[in-house]
Amino acid sequence: MRIVVTVVGQDKVGIIAKVTNILANSQVNILNINQNIMDGFFNMVLIADMTDSKMSIKTLKEHLDRLSEEIGLEIRVQSEDIFTAMHQI
Amino acid sequence: MSVLTFNDVLETTRMITHQNLDVRTITMGISLRDCGHPDIKVCADRIYDKITKKAEKLVQTGEDIESDLGVPIINKRISVTPISMVGESCDTADYVPLAKALDKAAHEVGVNFIGGFSALVDKGYTKGDRNLIASIPEALATTDIVCSSVNVGSTKAGINMDAVAQMGRIVKETAEKTAANDAIGCAKLVVFCNAVNDNPFMAGAFHGVTEPESVVSVGVSGPGVVKHALEAVRGQDIGAVAEVIKRTAFKITRVGQLVAQEAAKRLNTQFGIIDLSLAPTPAVGDSVAHILEEIGLESCGGPGTTATLAMLNDAVKKGGLMASSYVGGLSGAFIPVSEDAGMIAAVERGSLCLEKLEAMTCVCSVGLDMIAIPGDTSAETIAAIIADESAIGMINNKTTAVRVIPVPGKGVGERVEFGGLLGHAPIMEVSKFKADTFIARGGRIPAPVRSLTN
Repeated sequence: MRIVVTVVGQDKVGIIAKVTNILANSQVNILNINQNIMDGFFNMVLIADMTDSKMSIKTLKEHLDRLSEEIGLEIRVQSEDIFTAMHQI
Repeated sequence: MSVLTFNDVLETTRMITHQNLDVRTITMGISLRDCGHPDIKVCADRIYDKITKKAEKLVQTGEDIESDLGVPIINKRISVTPISMVGESCDTADYVPLAKALDKAAHEVGVNFIGGFSALVDKGYTKGDRNLIASIPEALATTDIVCSSVNVGSTKAGINMDAVAQMGRIVKETAEKTAANDAIGCAKLVVFCNAVNDNPFMAGAFHGVTEPESVVSVGVSGPGVVKHALEAVRGQDIGAVAEVIKRTAFKITRVGQLVAQEAAKRLNTQFGIIDLSLAPTPAVGDSVAHILEEIGLESCGGPGTTATLAMLNDAVKKGGLMASSYVGGLSGAFIPVSEDAGMIAAVERGSLCLEKLEAMTCVCSVGLDMIAIPGDTSAETIAAIIADESAIGMINNKTTAVRVIPVPGKGVGERVEFGGLLGHAPIMEVSKFKADTFIARGGRIPAPVRSLTN
């Protein structure tokens, strides 16, 4: 199953490192990362494969929610299905 | 590698986080046709057992899908076969025990509403229909989350004026029985013309007789998303507005389609339909009235309202139809007064009246919905309002409905608070001119001619 992780908020050092560290520890394989700064805000879209992970999206979400609170950025993890349904015919 | 773009992903997440995109309801339809029994206690037990078995995993499945896809699924609900048919073979005339069985089963599985305490009487009553309708006020007063509906007319059969007159009295009686809670019972009671078999939205949902054993249908929403998208085309011609609404409706519906397919798969049942309705909530930024105002009206209800609403309703359907294989239910923009912050504001500033709402129902789904009226409005006047609304549905071959709340002890200028998704409402003025003699006639308005349609 492929997932999309989005991170939005105030830019600071080490955001990507912290997020990807959680993914690596969960055996989630990153396929693509796209990141930029818009109007001073950090925006990241990360697509990953969690086929080899024993973790559910729900559990991964709990891990990322804790990080979200710690670094004060909005982090969401969703199945890729919702994005492909909406944007591809 | 995925072909999703950075902006696609951010657009979807913004719709969810900032524009109130959600799936309004996953509704499981369950047939209760095999639950009839002469002993009403046995019938009630059969109803309870079947619902709790079939819908055991409905709420959990909804929450799992919400978590995986990251889109809020606000309500999980159940619709059942009209209870007038299920109760018909019972020896007793009081069907309140069946409503209580529905209520208990719905609480047990954790849904927030169950619809189907219903009767379809467009051409006349059976014994079960009479018993059910007579039981409505007590049923709604003694249960929490049971919803009731009665279909009094159709394009094919005409309008049953005896039922119209009776429903005027039933609405009043329901209001009186739930007077302590601002007549909340009436918020759970809908009178339809051309009711559909597969509507997933409350309070009018029931599992029609042509439906399968069980089925999952989804109602989408998203007025906030449409309003936001329209902000990008300010000053452009109305064709551009229609185009943006179509595109947005397409995207919203695709999410609904995905949720419905996933829910049907996980619940091991059939996928029914997607209902393409723009369903507002009292939350800020989730209003159909605000869409109309974004298109260019000073205040919803003023001149231009019917035209903008007609365009909105049509464009939503056009966009949504391509996004889903099976579209059904009511599918259109809803205009419930108490559930839409913009509608409430429009009433309070004096731009929206009952008569304009009636005109609006000619071009959108569904009808005079969640409208609080003075408690001293007579049963005959309520019946006449139902007759007018039914006539619009009958002639225009569309679903129309009336869900009015005559709030005991309250008058124009006061307001009533229902809480949650039902919102709050200012009491609206009703014409003082009577139709009592018309309503007292009874009988049936003949089915209309289907050609010469001017």
